[in-house]
Amino acid sequence: MDSFILRALVAGAGIAACMGPLGAFIVWRRMAYFGDSLAHSALLGVALGFLLGINVSLGIVATCVTLAVALVVLRQQRGLADDTLLGILSHSSLSLGLVVIAFMETLRVDLVSYLFGDILAVGMVDIYIIFACGTAAIGLLAVLWRPLLSITVHEDLARVEGVPVLRTQIAFMLLIAIVIALAMKVVGILLVTSLLIIPAATARQFARTPLQMGILASLIGCLAVGLGLQGSLVWDLPSGPAIVVAAAVLFCVSLATRPGRIWLR
Amino acid sequence: MPDADSRPALVSGREISVRHGDRAILDDVDIAVHRDEIVTLIGPNGSGKTTLIRVLLGLRKPTAGRLQREDGIVIGYVPQHLQIDRTLPLTVRQFLLLGRRAPTERLRQALLEVGVPNLLTAPFHLLSGGEVRRVMLARALLRDPDLLVLDEPMANVDVAGQAELYALIQTIRRRRRCGVLLVSHDLHLVMAATDRVLCLNGHVCCSGRPDDVSQHPEYLALFGSKVGGSLAVYTHHHGHDQDVSDAPVAVEPAADRDRDASHG
Repeated sequence: MDSFILRALVAGAGIAACMGPLGAFIVWRRMAYFGDSLAHSALLGVALGFLLGINVSLGIVATCVTLAVALVVLRQQRGLADDTLLGILSHSSLSLGLVVIAFMETLRVDLVSYLFGDILAVGMVDIYIIFACGTAAIGLLAVLWRPLLSITVHEDLARVEGVPVLRTQIAFMLLIAIVIALAMKVVGILLVTSLLIIPAATARQFARTPLQMGILASLIGCLAVGLGLQGSLVWDLPSGPAIVVAAAVLFCVSLATRPGRIWLR
Repeated sequence: MPDADSRPALVSGREISVRHGDRAILDDVDIAVHRDEIVTLIGPNGSGKTTLIRVLLGLRKPTAGRLQREDGIVIGYVPQHLQIDRTLPLTVRQFLLLGRRAPTERLRQALLEVGVPNLLTAPFHLLSGGEVRRVMLARALLRDPDLLVLDEPMANVDVAGQAELYALIQTIRRRRRCGVLLVSHDLHLVMAATDRVLCLNGHVCCSGRPDDVSQHPEYLALFGSKVGGSLAVYTHHHGHDQDVSDAPVAVEPAADRDRDASHG
């Protein structure tokens, strides 16, 4: 196997592994659109990274966190519904990113690779970063697991039982921001949320406990990365979309094998 | 309302007021719950029952008033609504463990105490309304609470189940000597099970022993005028939701709605 394929596989599997349990929480907490909005704002982070001459990943994390904070603040005003706010933030930050990038004439940015990912261009340094940050992210999630699950089940009840709700929620947002910054390389801004949600939704068909669902989502994500890369190699498909299509196919297969489990009363 | 009980309260609020914008939700409310007593909050929809509970639990800051809580007391809370997303595969065991880590034997005991000993491994989504209440109660009991706070414990429970639950709450109080604060919109079912009643409608209309409250002119005015059906049902001792369609003003969600209605 070519070494760039191997690197892509390792990087993709690493990312899919830490996206699994995180994606489960996104599904449980109905935050799919929130994840999408954070991902969209990541392009602005890329633009700012270039503009200010700082690390691009750092730029992404910074804009994601800013967006999350903006959302929390705007939510306090109670003027608009959450999905409207998310829609405004999501699309304006994506557009702002595109505008800023267009402004920087001297810079030639491969926009497509940011929007749809470029996993085949992953280098060894990227892999080190992915595994270092990924391990940290999983470690943080392990600490957050119980309080976060408790908040997901019932926020007030968790608070009465002494869970530090705000701190946990902020840490969770930070976690999503970091993982999105990592995952951009693989599937790109427009498809990042799919790697969070589709494996988790697939895992729901088989899981009997929250932890099972998280771990299963990781495995299914890794499988999707493998199948997608294979498809991309054999049929010369764009790798990011191929991975997402593979995940979608796995989801459909899971529906066929365990029909109606999600809708079970 | 001055409190006859001279013991120090587990939790108490004096002159509690809560405003939301220009609207006064709670106005100058006094409340205290002591060890080994059951206090019931009743009042029509929007009378501030849940707000008062949230203030006492520390979930909401009152606009004015003083709040006191005995040092180091543990509160077991059973909220009114519990909507667990269908995508979250949770068994009863895991739900219980979220409240407090405990060995399986203790989980079994808690489930036994609330009368559902066989549900430990059941998926949460398959429970009936009454079973959900009991499992939530078990989670609260696992914390060995000094004070149990139950917000509308009868929501989504059929009438027969409601009587059983009230009996269970009494048993728990007797066995554990804890204070119990519960919210209800139906005086007739709580009558036997409660020591004191606080009738709330923004302010405290009246309070005292349940049979005194049920005779109080303010209570009669509140429930007599707003929910014609409620009073009639109270005297006739029937299910309380039969006249719902005629009195949409102040009726709480029908308690014996579909048993499965809460399984979101």
